[in-house]
Formats: sequence, structure tokens, C-alpha cells
Amino acid sequence: MATLEKDSELRIGVFVCDCGLNIAGAVDCGAVCEYAETLEDVVCVVRNKYTCADPGQNEIKDAVAAHRLNRVVVASCTPRQHEPTFRQCVHEAGLNPYLMEMANLREHCSWVHPGDWDGATAKAKDLVASAVGRARFLEEQEEMAVPVTRRALVIGGGVAGIEAALEMAEQGHQVTLVEKQASIGGIMAQLDKTYPTMDCSI
Amino acid sequence: MTIRKKARYVDLDLCNSCGDCADVCPQVAPDEYQMGLSSRKAVYIPFPQAVPCSYILDMDTCLGNNPIACGKCADVCEKEAIDFDDADELVTREVGAIIVAIGLDVYDPTEMDEYGYTRYDNVITSMEFERLICAGGPTMGHFVRPSDQERPKRIGFIQCVGSRNPKIGRPYCSNICCMNTVKDTLLLADHYPDTENFVFYQDIRAFGKSFEDMFQRSKEAGTRYIRGLPGDIEEDPETGTLTVTVENTTSSGGLERHELDMVVLSVGVIPATDRDKIASLLTLSKTSDGFFMESHPKLKPVDAPTRGVYFAGFCESPKDIKDSVCQAGAASSRAGALLNAGEIKIEAITSIIDPELCSMCGLCANVCPYGAINWQKKEVATVIEAACAGCGACGATCTFGAITMRHFTDQQLIAQVRATLAEDPEEKVFVFACNWCSYAGGDMAGISRIQYPSTNRVVRTMCSARVSEEMVLEAFRCGAPVVLVSGCHYADCHYIDANRQTVKRVQKLWNKLEKAGVRPERLQLEWISAAEGQKFAKVMGQMEEKRILVTPDEIAHAREALKPKKKKVRPAKKKPVAAKEATA
Repeated sequence: MATLEKDSELRIGVFVCDCGLNIAGAVDCGAVCEYAETLEDVVCVVRNKYTCADPGQNEIKDAVAAHRLNRVVVASCTPRQHEPTFRQCVHEAGLNPYLMEMANLREHCSWVHPGDWDGATAKAKDLVASAVGRARFLEEQEEMAVPVTRRALVIGGGVAGIEAALEMAEQGHQVTLVEKQASIGGIMAQLDKTYPTMDCSI
Repeated sequence: MTIRKKARYVDLDLCNSCGDCADVCPQVAPDEYQMGLSSRKAVYIPFPQAVPCSYILDMDTCLGNNPIACGKCADVCEKEAIDFDDADELVTREVGAIIVAIGLDVYDPTEMDEYGYTRYDNVITSMEFERLICAGGPTMGHFVRPSDQERPKRIGFIQCVGSRNPKIGRPYCSNICCMNTVKDTLLLADHYPDTENFVFYQDIRAFGKSFEDMFQRSKEAGTRYIRGLPGDIEEDPETGTLTVTVENTTSSGGLERHELDMVVLSVGVIPATDRDKIASLLTLSKTSDGFFMESHPKLKPVDAPTRGVYFAGFCESPKDIKDSVCQAGAASSRAGALLNAGEIKIEAITSIIDPELCSMCGLCANVCPYGAINWQKKEVATVIEAACAGCGACGATCTFGAITMRHFTDQQLIAQVRATLAEDPEEKVFVFACNWCSYAGGDMAGISRIQYPSTNRVVRTMCSARVSEEMVLEAFRCGAPVVLVSGCHYADCHYIDANRQTVKRVQKLWNKLEKAGVRPERLQLEWISAAEGQKFAKVMGQMEEKRILVTPDEIAHAREALKPKKKKVRPAKKKPVAAKEATA
């Protein structure tokens, strides 16, 4: 993996996603791209149809190589959905995954301001500016690996808990099943017959 | 995990379930398993098929063990299994994955006065129906009505009792009640072909595999389905007969009155009453209906937002047996994948303390919800990285700049504030939102396409406790008319209780603003959960209303009045700590 020189020149790439019409239907993505080009340290702006799809990800990888990018800003959806996708993408492009930042133009902008073209576009520009601002200070990070104790705890001994505990045991794991009542069985044990097969509950 | 293993007072290994103890026990209590329709002794077995198949002594009903008041059970037990000295035991287990399957509770319809449950003997719940029709029940499966032990001939089922009813705060569908009633009518038709069954409903939801077929069979067996929920039930005190008044919305007949021998309230299900304890233990959040919130409604339906925790069954949402079994399989598969991996990567967002800048004050250790900071008087604080969850409460608390939150550094966040407010700041509502709740609430608003003014600008932190005084002040210095700090609801903080630090900090800031002649209302604090897209939108609307009231003079005054005194705000002069040093 390429290591970043401490005082190396910042080279930021911005990738603006149309998300079909999900973003481009409410935000002027072209204007956002033009704006992004004016931001300090931004050396490359690319507009994608779907950044998360393979062609979009390839455009990021190509641009990282072609423009020697050392920071990537993806202006698309919520990081809660696709941050792992794009971290993996920049990792494959040879960058540390933590050198990628997202601007949420979809959940926080186009989807909530569909009738406000100018307002949504102005907001999208700010979100990109904010992400670029942050990207300038991003640093490489290494994730720590922590060992996992190979034992499971199941809380509740009703049908779901019993089934989960049995499945864990079948996979070869030790399981502790905790039940607050004197017997396992839960509410299902109180039922006479159960639908749709009309057989007994216990 | 520490588990309290409750005392049974009967040795599991010695007890052979002969029942001699219960025969001589003089104390009785309502039998919970039989829904209180019969009684049990103080020493009892919950039900014949119980696992473990052993008796248990209910000390609340027993005459007492200290001193032993009666002791008849111990005298008669040949196996000497009764142990009056038994005590609760604390068991500790280290685990790598937890599956939460705490199930549900059943709605108690007593509050719905119109149906007379507990006032009229012959109005029962669907759970009581189960016990009355069961061969292992209090009547050995002879279905009789409580008032006179006679077999009812005309039986009515009322659906959606405690479900789909916003008036009583239960707006959701309980999922199982329609099919349960369909099943009950088939059982009655099978056991007693001469009974007449009526079902009062708003919609029959028979959507699952072979459900529609069952519904049709119930109709073919003579069950009358009447669309409409009864307004009230009247009882003839002489005969115990019940009169149900209902508006049949599928016929032009309007109001109908049905004389019935018995009414079964098809009760809904509610989240387990002890769910809050589990929620705070495992830092779980709930949706508005009170069930546990999953990581993603479609793509991660059995994962809790807390890594290593998974959901199975009712606790996540109402579901039937088949779906509970499916979800249990999915949860154990997810948990198994984690355990099989042998290790997990921790997101590199943890805290780092610079020993040279640390003033040894210990404030950071005080605010850490995880006890992840080691500190003793006159010693430099150190972070236990494996225990740090990355909330950033310590980073925002440290006034010496000794703490760097990896990937959420002061420089990065301040840079976002400045970049966002670089142009036309007076037109913007500046928002700090925590990753797990408020920001996710914003995502929920997006997914739900709930519209709100486009003036807000959100900066995400992992926890609201990460937002330092400096960040808020910087926003005002940059010309923000209003600033919102938003986090998880008080008891639902993803970082145990880190948002208590948020409250303290915002209160401190309010005082500071007031002293500087800045209206404290310009800084707002709101709790928005991940499920509250609606609330997120509403709060953004309210913030916009506050924004337009802020005058240019006020903005200019705040810019000046909040300027850092003497000590300059540390701009991004110091080069960030390199990753290698960070992990060292």
C-alpha cells in the first residue's frame, strides 16, 4: 500500500454520483461538479451515473492512478450504507481506506428537497465543500484486530432462542442459553395448537 | 457477561419429578402457565413437558425458609432434593456473540373498558382460549365458559384488541392474531361441530404460505366473518350471555346485535416489558413501536447496531413461529460467521493520548463510558484501545489538546465547519448529528422522502459527545445564525451514556453564550432516534424558523464576542499524528 508522505502535495479527487435520477433528479450534478473543480487541492472531478456500480468504482480506480490522487471524496449517498464499499474501492486503488470521505447528497439532500432545485444544489455544493475540507486532513489509519471469544450467549428460551441456541451448537460453538423462567419454552409452550399445520406447540 | 442464576430450592440433579412434594404442600398460588385459570402449589413443576423437568420452589408463596416454617416437602422427598439453603448464584461467561431473543408480552385488554374483560366472566383472551381448549389445560380440553362451566354454543372472536389502535398507543399490526383466530375457529369446528363461530375483524391478513387456504377452510366450516369491530359488549347478569353490537361494514344492514355465549378477545402482542434492561446492557435502540431496531431494515435485518449482537424472534418485530425460527437461523448464522472468523477488525476511530500534552487531570477518564482510559493521580492517562468504542467524549472534554480522535480529529471537524460556512453563512442552519441516531434519523427522513427546508448543513460525529465547545463556537464565529447539536435519546445512547457529556457541554455553552450577549436559543439540543425521520424533518423546520429570526447584527456580534481570547484557537498547524504512531 502506498504510504503518504507527511508533507506531500494534496491531490483530491471528487466523484459526484447521479444515482440515476435519485440525486440528479433534484440536484444539478453538473453545477456541483463545476463547483468542486474550484475547491482548493481538488485536481480531478468525475461525474458518475452510479458510483457504487463496477463502472463507477473503476472510474475512481482509474482516476487515482491517472491523477495520482491521495484523497478521494465520493458525493453520493449516506456513509451508513456505502462507506465500506468505497473504502474497499480506494483500498483496491492502492490508497489507505481512511483517505476516502463521503458527502451525503441523497438521503440528506435530493430525497428530502425534491421540489427545491436551487436550494438542493446549493446544499449539495456545501456538502461537497465540507467533505473536501475534511478530506484535506484525513490520515491513514490501521485497524486493530481483536480476537473473538468463540462462545455465544442466547438471551431468552422461547422458540427463537431455543432454535438459535441449537443452531449455534450445531455449528460447533459453545452456547449459553439464559431463560428467566423456571422452564424454557416461552409463550409458545402455552399454546395448544399452532398454525398453519395444527400441530402441538410442545 | 455476568448471569444471575436464580435459586430453585430443588436440586435439579436429584429431583425425579415424582410430585410427592406438591402433594403435601399446603400453599397454593394462581398457575401462571394456565393463565391463572387454575392453581398450583408453592412447590411445582411449570408444566409436564418443562425443561429442565424438575420441580421448583416458589419462595414468595412458600411459608418460608428462614426459618423453615413448614418443611413438609423436604420431609416427604425421598431423594432429599429440597434445599432450603439454596441461593442465587452469579455465573460469568465470556462470549463473542450475543443473540437476543427475549420475545414478547401479551396485551392486557383490561383498559379497553368497552369489552368488559375482567368485568364479564365470559369475556376471555385468546391466550386463555389456548389453555381452555388444550388437553393439558385446567379443564382437560373440555371447552367451557367460566361463568357456569357450560359449553358455549355461540362464540365470538374480536380481532385487533391492542393492535392497529393508535388511541391506546398500539398502532402496529401484531401479525399473528388473524391466523391464530382462524386456527381457533377450526379447532372449535373440529371439537364441537355444532358451535356457531363469529369473527369480528377490520381486515383478515392471511398472507403467508397456506394461510389463505386455512382461512377459506374456516369459512367453509361455517365461521361467520363480520367486517367491523364491536363498539361494546353487554352482559345479561342472569345468564352470562353477552350481546355484542357491531356495525357490519360489508352489508347495508348497518348495526347488528349478536347474542353470544362467550367472547374471545384476540389480543395483540407488545414488546417484552423488560426490554429496556436488555437495551441498556447492550446499547440497543428501539423503533417507535418499542421493538428493537435492526441495523438495516432490509440488508441487515438480524444485526443489532452493536457489533456482535443479533436478534431472533419477536423482540425485533411481531412475527409467527415460522418467521421466528427463520430469523433464529439467520441470527445464528451471522453470529457463527463472526465466531468462525476468530477476530474482528475494530474501526480505526479510537482515541489517542499524547503523553507530552497530557496534564494528568483525569477528566478524560471520568467521562469515558467504557472505562477505557487508565489514569491515576500524577500519571499520564493511557487508552486501552480494545475497550475504546470511539465516541470521542474524552476528545471533546480534554482542554489541553492531548487527545486525538482518529478519523474524527478536531482539525477535520473544524475544517468541515469552516468549509460549510465559508459562503453565505447567514442562510444556513448548522447541525452536528451523531452517527447512530440523529444522522441515521436524517437518513430515515431521506428514505421516507419526508421533506424539510434545504437550509440545514449536517456534520457527522460518531457521538454527540464528540462535539466540543470549540466546534460550536467556531460555527458561530464563522457566522452561523443557529447551531443544533443532536444525539440519541437520553436512555438510548449508543455509547452507554456518553450523551450526558453532551448535555453538560451544551449547558455550559448556553451560559457562555449568555455571558457574551449571544441569545442562548441560537444553540439548540435535540434527541432524534434513528427511527425518527419525521422528527428529524420537524426539528429542521423548527431550526429554520429560529434561523430567520436571527438578525445580521446578532450574527456580527457573535462573530466578535466569541472570538478566542488570548490563546488562539489551534488551527491545523500541528501536523496530524501519523497512523504508525497512532497505533503504537
